[in-house]
Amino acid sequence: MSGQDGTKLIGGYPAYMRESIEKVVATRARRLQEGPPAAMTAEQREQVLSEWHPDYKADKKRDLAVGPSKGARMPHEVADLFEAYPLVEPGAIDLSKPDLDVQVLILGGGGAASVAALFAREEGIPTEDILMVTKLRHGDCNSIMAQGGIQAADRENDSPAIHYLDVLGGGHYTNKPELVRALVSDGPMLVDWHEKLGAIYDKADGQYLEAHGGGTSRMRMHSAKDYTGMELMRVIRDEVRNVGIPVIEFAPAVELLLDEAGHAAGAILYNLETEEYMVVRANATVLATGGFGRLHIQGYPTTNHYGATADGLIMAYRAGARVIDMDSVQYHPTGVAYPAAILGQLATEKLRNQGAEPVNADGESFVYPLEPRDVESAAIIRECYGNDRGVLTPSEIRGVWLDTPMIDAIHGSGTLKKRLAAMWMMWNRHGIDITKDPALVFPTLHYQNGGVEIDAEGRTDVPGLFAGGEVGGGVHGKNRLMGNSLLDYNVFGRRAGLSAAAWAKAHRPGTLGMQHVEAYANELKSAGIAPDRKAPMILPDYRREAVLARRLDVL
Amino acid sequence: MENGKMTQIYIMGKAYDVPTGITIMDAMEYAGYRFTRGAGCRSGFCGACGTVYRKDGEYRLEFALACQEMVEEGMHLTQLPFTPAPRPPYVLDELDPRENVLLQYYPEIARCVSCNTCTKACPQDIEVMDYIQAALRGDLEKVAELSFDCIQCGLCAMRCPADIKHYHVAQMARRLYGVSASPEPEHLKVRLNELREGAYEAQLDELVATDLDGLKARYAERQIEVASEEGS
Repeated sequence: MSGQDGTKLIGGYPAYMRESIEKVVATRARRLQEGPPAAMTAEQREQVLSEWHPDYKADKKRDLAVGPSKGARMPHEVADLFEAYPLVEPGAIDLSKPDLDVQVLILGGGGAASVAALFAREEGIPTEDILMVTKLRHGDCNSIMAQGGIQAADRENDSPAIHYLDVLGGGHYTNKPELVRALVSDGPMLVDWHEKLGAIYDKADGQYLEAHGGGTSRMRMHSAKDYTGMELMRVIRDEVRNVGIPVIEFAPAVELLLDEAGHAAGAILYNLETEEYMVVRANATVLATGGFGRLHIQGYPTTNHYGATADGLIMAYRAGARVIDMDSVQYHPTGVAYPAAILGQLATEKLRNQGAEPVNADGESFVYPLEPRDVESAAIIRECYGNDRGVLTPSEIRGVWLDTPMIDAIHGSGTLKKRLAAMWMMWNRHGIDITKDPALVFPTLHYQNGGVEIDAEGRTDVPGLFAGGEVGGGVHGKNRLMGNSLLDYNVFGRRAGLSAAAWAKAHRPGTLGMQHVEAYANELKSAGIAPDRKAPMILPDYRREAVLARRLDVL
Repeated sequence: MENGKMTQIYIMGKAYDVPTGITIMDAMEYAGYRFTRGAGCRSGFCGACGTVYRKDGEYRLEFALACQEMVEEGMHLTQLPFTPAPRPPYVLDELDPRENVLLQYYPEIARCVSCNTCTKACPQDIEVMDYIQAALRGDLEKVAELSFDCIQCGLCAMRCPADIKHYHVAQMARRLYGVSASPEPEHLKVRLNELREGAYEAQLDELVATDLDGLKARYAERQIEVASEEGS
């Protein structure tokens, strides 16, 4: 096998990288014997974060100039979309004859959307009066890519209170307490729900195989090999199909509609294939549109799916919903740094919770492997750029080794392939056998910690608009722990679905309007923002400049 | 990338020069395609980018995920982003896993001629034909085990001469196996009862009322459970 420029590779790596791998091999027995470096103290954590975490660079963010959370700090890439004009000019569309009329409209096609749909139905909304609409396919989402697991405090030595403390400390005590309380209290119930739907969690002798995640004090990570997100998503999606909840794919919402009372009243959809719009009237609307990873904040590659472009945030904000913790971005400590073809894709935290430790170019460990994600990421960035002990790839990207062969050394031969089948396959496709050789990693843009502010019932500031999953904010504060995103979409997808159903039974929207969009555009104008920027983004554009420069728009 | 070597590929019959060593998906974008269909998670988990290709001088079709497979010289490719596969409804609780329910809901599995075309089409290297044979025998455990890595891209169903919808059969088998043969641990039931009775409300009330310094002290005092060999 040869590399990008045709150089000869040995077991997937060029010869010069092999020299560093030999150092990793040489220290492995000693490192296994000695165990990992000690966890950091609160002061050490604070220091590495403030010096090396991308979130702490003040010039990469700005204060929002308009809207209900005016003054909120967020990355420029995100603020650019908040400070942007609508795609559909208010007044350009006749809203008086909706194409579709439903009780509960759910925007999104991932985990939170599917859970909300099923629980709206449980709450008594007729199946045909629920509608899911999604930008890509049902299940093309971040939920399906989660690998490591889902937290739920269900063992005897654990409790929701212990889980609560882990979440709050991991989030630097900035989380909304009522949301964390809901998160940790509902966990066991939702794992039970998955069991009843037929999801297959990892078990041995009738017990769950539960592990640690970064920042946990008890082993409460439930997994399904390293396909946890996929197993849950495909079972939940299958149930949505089974009960026949209508789903329209490739039809993203581009604007929310409000009635004269200011209640959420539906949305304008855009058919990505025919380019038609469609007006949906709904008694209640659930926002489950996910996060913003595809905005590539600070130029980072991302683990996120193709549609993670913050659309829901933008629409909800124009409708009057405040946002929270938007200054905080999660960089997953271990994205793929080599080979370049899969740059930034996820190397699950489960690799570390099964024993693989980060190791520098000299073969030395330098950080406790299971710090909270922001701390672990900052430590890896420091090792590469502060201490200059990273490995430089042929694409001139720095990374550190994740010493994956330690997993089989600790748990026995065959463990990695069994518990981390997806990871083994991902690297093996590029000629790298991670049971024999370490993998090169560097932080990658992973999760939107904040979002549209919700309460414990999934309500936003806009009456009739509910939110769950990554689009919602306040649950994780300034840093989410591993295994709490799958939990989040289940807990708050469910709560948003139940609340939306209750609201929908009691409310019928009046006249559909876009006055809020007009008012928002006027506010942008008053703030002196030029009219050329439009949002939502819907999809990123990865075509190269040379092609775009020669493009004729004639059809 | 522009300075490196280039590879010629054919996207739906049209030739493009793209950088060597990138994925089919990146190559299509490099060539000027902007995906609506055919791109999803971009990490090999969602099954949106099923791709069929043939290499120069070969007669055989090969199958891949565009986001995971690297381009090769003389690759003629197209995507199959949608599979029109029916899925009969069922009530999970009412199914009897002892009867051959898979055959009942998916009678076409009996038409399997063991040609193994499904297996050859699988980008996840799953033994698809073997799990269909296990499904015919009603062996749910075997189907669940063999099919576990399925991302439901649908390439198997698009190739099958017997029109079997393999991935739906496997999904049903896994769910049935999950509810019938992999019972919930006792400790989960105990915890659910405690939660129903509000056993943790007082602890949580107290934590919610604790001030920042108190929380920090409690956090610093946490006892970290030590992973035992079998427990992790």
